[in-house]
Amino acid sequence: MANDILVFGEIRGGGIKKITKELIGAARRVSAETGGAIDTALIGAGARAAAEGLTGYGLRKIVVAEDEALARYSTEGYAAVLSDIAKRGAYSYVFLGATAMGRDLGPRVAARADGVMFSDCVDVRMEGSRCVARRPVYSGRAYIEIARSGDRQNYISIRPNNIAPAEPSGGGTPIETHASNVMRDAIRAMVTEIFPLEGGRPDLTEADVIVTGGRAMKDKANFKILEDLADLLGAAVGASRAAVDAGFAPVAIQVGQTGKIVNPKLYIACGISGAIQHLAGMRTSKVIVAINKDPNAPIFERATYGIVGDLFEVVPLLTEELKKVL
Amino acid sequence: MKILALLKRVPDTEAKILINQEGTGIKDEGVKYVINTYDEYAVEEGLRLKEKMGGTSTVTVICVGPEEATELIRTALAMGADDAVHVCDKTLERPDPFVIAALMAKAIKAEGFDIIFCGKQAIDDDMGQVQSILAEMLDIPQVNVATAFEIAADAKRATVRRRVEGGDEKVETSLPVIISCEKGLNDPRYASLPGIMKAKKKEIRKKTLADLGFSQVPGEARSTILRWLPPPKSSGCTMVKAEEMRDAAKELVRLLREEAKVV
Amino acid sequence: MQYPLTEDERMIQKTVRDFARKELAPVAIEANEKGIFPEGIFKRLGELGFMGVTVPEEYGGVDLGTFSLVLILEEINAVCASTGVTMSVHNSLTNWCILKYGSEKIRRRFLPSLASGEMLGAYAITESEAGSDVSAMRLSAVRTGDEYILNGAKLFISTGDQAGAIVVFARTDPADRTKGISAFVVEPSSPGFSIGKIEKKMGLNASTTVELVFEDCRVSADNLLGSEGMGMKIALAGLDGGRIGIAAQAVGIAQAALDEGVRFSRGRKQFHTRIVDFQSTRWKIADMATAVEAARLLTYRAAKLRDAGEPCSKEAAMAKLFASRTANTVVYDALQMHGGVGYTKEFLIERLFRDARVTELYEGTSEIQRIVISKAVIDEFERTVPD
Repeated sequence: MANDILVFGEIRGGGIKKITKELIGAARRVSAETGGAIDTALIGAGARAAAEGLTGYGLRKIVVAEDEALARYSTEGYAAVLSDIAKRGAYSYVFLGATAMGRDLGPRVAARADGVMFSDCVDVRMEGSRCVARRPVYSGRAYIEIARSGDRQNYISIRPNNIAPAEPSGGGTPIETHASNVMRDAIRAMVTEIFPLEGGRPDLTEADVIVTGGRAMKDKANFKILEDLADLLGAAVGASRAAVDAGFAPVAIQVGQTGKIVNPKLYIACGISGAIQHLAGMRTSKVIVAINKDPNAPIFERATYGIVGDLFEVVPLLTEELKKVL
Repeated sequence: MKILALLKRVPDTEAKILINQEGTGIKDEGVKYVINTYDEYAVEEGLRLKEKMGGTSTVTVICVGPEEATELIRTALAMGADDAVHVCDKTLERPDPFVIAALMAKAIKAEGFDIIFCGKQAIDDDMGQVQSILAEMLDIPQVNVATAFEIAADAKRATVRRRVEGGDEKVETSLPVIISCEKGLNDPRYASLPGIMKAKKKEIRKKTLADLGFSQVPGEARSTILRWLPPPKSSGCTMVKAEEMRDAAKELVRLLREEAKVV
Repeated sequence: MQYPLTEDERMIQKTVRDFARKELAPVAIEANEKGIFPEGIFKRLGELGFMGVTVPEEYGGVDLGTFSLVLILEEINAVCASTGVTMSVHNSLTNWCILKYGSEKIRRRFLPSLASGEMLGAYAITESEAGSDVSAMRLSAVRTGDEYILNGAKLFISTGDQAGAIVVFARTDPADRTKGISAFVVEPSSPGFSIGKIEKKMGLNASTTVELVFEDCRVSADNLLGSEGMGMKIALAGLDGGRIGIAAQAVGIAQAALDEGVRFSRGRKQFHTRIVDFQSTRWKIADMATAVEAARLLTYRAAKLRDAGEPCSKEAAMAKLFASRTANTVVYDALQMHGGVGYTKEFLIERLFRDARVTELYEGTSEIQRIVISKAVIDEFERTVPD
């Protein structure tokens, strides 16, 4: 089997999603050792136009499929096309994003190819002639490094924001059109409507990001500055028991031993001292940011990053700085 | 209507996960096992559909797992499932998603289920693959990460809402179909005391590989776990300092994006 | 917990534990703080089968034994002792008494509603002058045609104002101190029945404890349990189950306090050392855990004996005596491990501390348990050891 790699790219708003460049970055690590070529497949409405954005990345070719039947995502339609492209190219590796689409599509196509798949990887590297993927198991309480046995087509989905996106390397890449024979009527499960996320904030216990305020918020109205930050991050807003007892926030958003137990990826504690019963409700958060005037506040012992300062100064600045980069 | 729910036995979410001395897996001692959290939503959704359809509708659960999984299967029966298939064989060690799907496909093919519910992923391997592989093997559609499910009046189609980045998708699908369930789809019921008593009389059909017509684990090993690693240690708190508070905020944003990779 | 349980028992334990943590805990915090009776929770408990644990299926129960009930009570009490006492009285006293001594008509009338949790049960023996000395009770019941007319009052009755079925002990013969007592099922709708004083208590603030007032209260003769004069026998027989229930409550409270103590001391640092790493704490933990386990085993043994139909008065009294003492020493030590914050309402240990106290007082004080135990020991000696 050749050592070629196929990257399944994703399109959003007519452009290439960032994950696609991260996947190309991962693919380059493999091809640097094996000398395999890197191709990219783009499926869906606007694929050809979006492909123009990838021509300077040293790819051997970009395969696009944008038939009418593929205008909207369907597992079956996309699986048929991707599977066809993957089979024709006899790729050794197929990289996908660990996104809603990649997670849905990957195993189905891997099964059709009788291949092997590693989901939700956070790192990919070569060890000798072996492509080794690192992935969390037990909800991140342990990690494994895994490689295929034999030479089945290896599907690897990679989580966004883990591998540095590829930089353009110059040159041009030919764009090929893949004529699919997907018939819309043959697709049994079809997306018929899309509901964009509305202003409503996510549930505390489900949120990936949470911004909470403590007694230092001083007033109910001041929660506005936390809400501004939360809206920017698609975050939920929470409060410590002290803030709830003081009447600054409703019981429904209390985080802690006697409130909600949360486990977000990012927890931003503003003016929270870090009483044990509060820590009990959020200590498993992946990254904890603490903003507090008191440098001796116990919250700093648990935090990943800390800023000693007045939340009324720091939080609006943080929101402004985030706005610049998001 | 014949409804199937897939079950997996996994360590409790509160279990302390430590890598064993040999570095070949996790320490088993003291670990409590439970039904995979997401599979509970699957069982519940199956039961709700059965209650809605009434008549001769049944919910069957299937589990590929060790002897000890019986207790969890029994729990699903106590929740209200009608019967169960337990694929259990000493030669099965850490079966990968392809093996699990192949065994399930074989075990259920003859029964012709109208709808199959499962968890969006198992909280041990966190692969999230079995449902899609099984759908491919059975040649039926799949809808992953469902947050709402509704059966059509004619019971031949269903509408599913699924979570994607930046919103929800409404998917219309024909039956039979595999639906993988996300938190929020429903609130799983407890195994009540009357349910526990009734479950004793329900049948768990045990199947070995031989019973399914396999002389050995289907297919050779597709992958090798090279090593087990503990999660990266938290290195204490990094205090972000600067002359101007704005610079501290800027630095914090950089750290969150580049080091922690959470925004 | 390493005690060998069957598959069913493990499933029961998991259901009740999950329910207690997820559904009961949030309700318990508010109800105890504000002193509200958490009415709605009992319907949920009923749906899950917890309000008719020992009631046969034909009367809407699940037909399990005292041992299963103990497993359930342990977990419920670890989260809310108020809910625990309401459940214990309901299951071990009211349900049990109606099932064992009620006529078929009475069973059919009350047990299905009790087992489903739609109706709650209470059990009324105590009077102002008749506490530990049951035979001193004065509430009178005089038969007139098809009815009994009750006059007097009962004191400290758990759930008395919430119950739909109250087992009331009354004097039918003023001349005979012990054989002159009878038991009735009284419904609160009975004419002449009313609720008197509502007690304010140190703990168990999400349960109610009230005075029942009977003024020419008319109760149908159908509602007589057993036969006239059997009251004392019924009361004594019911006590075994009641005591095992309170022993289970004490074990639940003690286990919760131990867990809270360990949890807190692991998280709290003083002098750059976790509290849990001081040897004084370690020794405390060892003693607390050993006592909790011993209390649990005594309670389990008494329940197993009762399920086997063996006499268990001595064992039930021992379990209650030891478990209630243990609960009180363990909450004391666990609060000490918390230091000053343990005295604030911010921490669960404060409630556990208050709730534990009553386990040494109700269903017979510790002194009464010692009388029962010593009498049994001496009787046994006299029966088996030749002079």
